[in-house]
Amino acid sequence: MMDWQALALSVKLSLVTLLFLLPIGIFFGRWLAYRQFWGKSLLQSILALPLVLPPTVLGYYLLVIFSPNQGLGLWLVNTFGTTLVFNFEGLVLASIIFNLPFAIQPMQRAFASIPREIREAAACCGMSPKQVLWRIELPLAWPGILSAMVMSFAHTLGEFGIVLMIGGNIPNETQTIAISIYDKVQAFDDHSASVMAFSLLLFSMLTISFTYWLSDRFERSHV
Amino acid sequence: MIRLISPVPFYPYLLSVLFLFTQVSIASDIPNIAAASSVKFALQDIIKAFKQDTGLSVRVSYSSSGNLTRQIQQGAPFELFLSANKLYVDQLYQQNKTNGKGFIYALGRLVLLTPKHSTLVLDDHLSAVRESIQTGQLQRIAIANPIHAPYGVAAKEVLLHLGLWKLTKPHLVLGENIAQAAQFASSGAAQVGLISYSLANTPFIQKNTRFILLPLSLHHPLEQSMVLLNNAGHTSKLFFNYLQQNKARTILSQYGYSFP
Repeated sequence: MMDWQALALSVKLSLVTLLFLLPIGIFFGRWLAYRQFWGKSLLQSILALPLVLPPTVLGYYLLVIFSPNQGLGLWLVNTFGTTLVFNFEGLVLASIIFNLPFAIQPMQRAFASIPREIREAAACCGMSPKQVLWRIELPLAWPGILSAMVMSFAHTLGEFGIVLMIGGNIPNETQTIAISIYDKVQAFDDHSASVMAFSLLLFSMLTISFTYWLSDRFERSHV
Repeated sequence: MIRLISPVPFYPYLLSVLFLFTQVSIASDIPNIAAASSVKFALQDIIKAFKQDTGLSVRVSYSSSGNLTRQIQQGAPFELFLSANKLYVDQLYQQNKTNGKGFIYALGRLVLLTPKHSTLVLDDHLSAVRESIQTGQLQRIAIANPIHAPYGVAAKEVLLHLGLWKLTKPHLVLGENIAQAAQFASSGAAQVGLISYSLANTPFIQKNTRFILLPLSLHHPLEQSMVLLNNAGHTSKLFFNYLQQNKARTILSQYGYSFP
């Protein structure tokens, strides 16, 4: 049996994460694609770090930073009455950090592939930077942006280690589909586990095929 | 030639996501409780009965008692904690995280378990286990992680008591909690396991394994304690009392728990 509650929570988490990642990705993607500045490679390294960082390392630091016993976590509890561990908001923060490279890198490539002359021509025609962004850059970069979003969505759906560490496996709050599979296996419920595992397998396959199809189409439209 | 497609309409999309976000933060009156994995199946039955009798429900997070204790110390929003030992409850009490000193709701037992098809002879002193390791026939023994799981601690005590700790140590696979250790042993991934009697009494394990109860003299008593936490609300308090009533106790005893 599919754990619909966990699936819904996972989808919700992924969508909310995308909401934040979209502007972040566009901002950093454009910035890194068009500008040269001091410390750029350091910034790029930091933003790519989640690709190689073990999720438990990030989980550990978030747990320490937001623990309500001290520092920032204590301040959050005193000020807002809550902190960012063992709740949905904490998972959102973790997902955003963990997906930064998945969102930024495809967008950066998409913006970088827009010929400079086109942007300059648009500026020469009297378009404001804002108009250039909305009418020239975004329409040209959208396949990259879309594939970044799809990858981040799928990646969030599959997060495990960090969710277990800072989420605490609470049904309807932090128990995502990946955690639910783990739970079902430990409850000797192999049937449910296999239904959910197979659904995620299918979904991941679809996601990855879609992004390949998209980038293929994108490349051809630029020839 | 570059086509100018109109930008993706973001705003309706953003609004719908924002709507989802507000849905998430709507509070519900179903309290979160934390429970040791060993009590999982008994607790599921008790919650069902509780629901029938009161119309109220609770949401449970299962893990090892040590893990849950750490989560509670770090501010996890649980209202009631069912531990598999007394130690962790006492610890939380001393740290002023609890509402009261807690209550021993049941006594747990440890079993030695092997998959049904296995030819291993099960005995109190684990002599067949000892021989099978020495002859190289037995590769893997599943126990819960003794660092943070009370049944893992008890399993380690048994092995130490019987002078088997050194011999078995290279062969141990550690479950993150007792349910995972039980899964390892019942699936045959490990050839033998030291797990809780409560999990051995679930239909799935009964069907797929053979087991014997280990004597109480081999380990410290597993005093399953529960305690209300600081933020406990009405439903949690009712459930805390319900767990001490006859109906809950009958269910607990069906899963092999006894009472002090």
